[in-house]
Amino acid sequence: MASTQNPDMTPSLTQQYEPGEHPDWPAPSSVKGPVAWMRENLFGSVTNTVLTLLAVYLIYKIVPALADWMFLDAVFTGESRKDCRAQGDGACWAFISGRIQLFIYGFYPDAERWRVNLTAVLLVFALVPILFDKVPHRGKALIYSALYPVIAGVLLVGGIFGLEYVSTDQFGGLMLNVIIGVTGIAFSLPIGICLALGRQSHLPIIRILSVSFIEFIRGVPLITLLFVAAVMLSYFVPPGTNFDLLVRMLIMVTLFASGYMAEVIRGGLQAIPNGQYEAADAMGLKYWQAMRLIILPQALKISIPGIVNTFIALYKDTTLVIVIGRLDILGIGNSSLADAKWQGLSTEVYVFVAVFFFCSCFLMSRYSLYLEKKLHTGH
Amino acid sequence: MLKRASFAAAAIAAVSIASGAQAATLDDVKARGTLHCIVNTGLPGFSYTDASGRWSGFDADMCRSVAAAVLGDSEKVKYIPATGKTRFTLLNSKEGDVIFRNTTWTFVRDVDVKLTFIGTTYYDGQGFIIRKSKGVKSAKELDGATVCIQTGTTTELNLADYFRANNMKYEPVPIESNEEARKNYLADRCDVYTTDRSGLAATRATFDKPGDHTILPEVVSKEPLGPVVRHGDNQWEDVVRWTVFALMAAEELGVTAANADEMAKNPPNPNVARLLGAEGALGEMLGLDKDFALRAIKAQGNYAEIFNKNIGPDTPIGLERGLNASYKDGGLIYSPPFR
Repeated sequence: MASTQNPDMTPSLTQQYEPGEHPDWPAPSSVKGPVAWMRENLFGSVTNTVLTLLAVYLIYKIVPALADWMFLDAVFTGESRKDCRAQGDGACWAFISGRIQLFIYGFYPDAERWRVNLTAVLLVFALVPILFDKVPHRGKALIYSALYPVIAGVLLVGGIFGLEYVSTDQFGGLMLNVIIGVTGIAFSLPIGICLALGRQSHLPIIRILSVSFIEFIRGVPLITLLFVAAVMLSYFVPPGTNFDLLVRMLIMVTLFASGYMAEVIRGGLQAIPNGQYEAADAMGLKYWQAMRLIILPQALKISIPGIVNTFIALYKDTTLVIVIGRLDILGIGNSSLADAKWQGLSTEVYVFVAVFFFCSCFLMSRYSLYLEKKLHTGH
Repeated sequence: MLKRASFAAAAIAAVSIASGAQAATLDDVKARGTLHCIVNTGLPGFSYTDASGRWSGFDADMCRSVAAAVLGDSEKVKYIPATGKTRFTLLNSKEGDVIFRNTTWTFVRDVDVKLTFIGTTYYDGQGFIIRKSKGVKSAKELDGATVCIQTGTTTELNLADYFRANNMKYEPVPIESNEEARKNYLADRCDVYTTDRSGLAATRATFDKPGDHTILPEVVSKEPLGPVVRHGDNQWEDVVRWTVFALMAAEELGVTAANADEMAKNPPNPNVARLLGAEGALGEMLGLDKDFALRAIKAQGNYAEIFNKNIGPDTPIGLERGLNASYKDGGLIYSPPFR
């Protein structure tokens, strides 16, 4: 066969082969390979060509300037904004890196910060068995995951087992966003499922309660709920009560997300053909069995994009804690910007916060795609 | 169903930790061991977090002085950062004990919102900043100027009043925040930027060439900024008021953080003796002890020291004392007598 190949691998059109002897030539470059790909995708028509050139021009204009600002001209060490400006015209990352501890831990005491780190590591171990189903000993691991909120609470707040008590007032920065986000996400899904089922229930009281709760939550902005939780609650509860502000906050965020979650899941439930419900009945399954085995797996699967959408929205809403006087990563940024030594670096702070949120939300979004692919067992 | 369960849990938790009858703010603060102080989420020179996460600035230091007077420890302060909209609600819902948040004392806030203003710790006023190259020497020459102005503030109303009173026209460039104003002004999208003069000075300090810009001499509004407490708790009101006055009196009498102990031991005159508790029982009358003023002064220094450390001429903010000088130097800072 080697003898029939010419040196530049171009198949000869006149060459004759015995049956079964025809070698596998590489596809011609007009059909496969980078040139063909570009011809098809970038320059396929006049419109495409114009758009491609425009995009290349924009990238040429933006990317080098951005790279200059973010990396090449950026300043990584310095004591003040003036110091930074003296060294270069790019971003002044010295401001962020000098305060990175503040951005991550907020006002959590220095000596106790290992507890936050440990909680974060344990969080990863708690999440893995929930997110991926091919984990060894998944059953036992899930028990740990269920216990994790208690473990995290004990670790972060302390006060027992010889851990020093840390008031939730001192929580701040990135850890506050993660605590509120993860709590909201973890609890809003089960509550949302119950509400969605409750809304479709044949029992009038459950249905009415679910509908009024969902409609109330959807009719009120989150910031109003947080404000009520923070400042109005003290008018209703007995005087002298000190019901932790962060807990109130967590409850409100969770309830808010549950209301939206319920509607997303109701959409999924309604997309399941009646035949599925009837089939479940015909097999003699009880209500909860039918839901658990037949309806919910399908309904949740088609609701994944909506569910993740709600999660991401919730996660980004965690910056609203400023209304109750807590400083999350964005609040820390704002209060740091008021330091006269560093004033005028808002772009750096907002870019930093944006990158953090983008990374978190992008991860969630990719995981949901993975899950959709894995569960795509239909037609 | 879960929804009801969580509500019930919340209610039970709330009730189960409920304790005795409502107490006065001073007793609350003493029992709690921390002062809850409402401050700005970030205002250069007045309240901001430094690199180690410590609240700093003129207002934050005032909180420390009050904590030192009441609790004996200037670090026993919990700072509650609040926006302009949430500050009064946080105070009235008892999340905070006192507001030190550059709050302007106005009729409506005092009378209708039912707050008690303690006095004035900083006399501010609205001013204008403009490029020197425009050749404007007075705000009266600003006819036809484009003005960067933060929307929804009293400064917006003051601006309209001022230009109408002087029969001039202006073109407003509405903006949201100080940072945005700074960018717009530097990009020459407006001729003039107007806000409180302390804010103008702080903003100008961040320019690459501060010398090219001038703050016009006219002050077009009165902005007396001071601490605020809840209406109707006269004892607590007195505690905060006389702690602030003690800082002002200390400047008048030459008492500083450095010499306060020495002065308390060997008071040069009866006024100092009464202020620092070497004579009389003024502190006890407040429900504190005789050393309350001594502790307040030792914490962060007297009024002048706090001013100079945070916003004075040697700081990046670079504000002159002006109206905020002691009455002895021709300013408005004046403490009633301690006797």
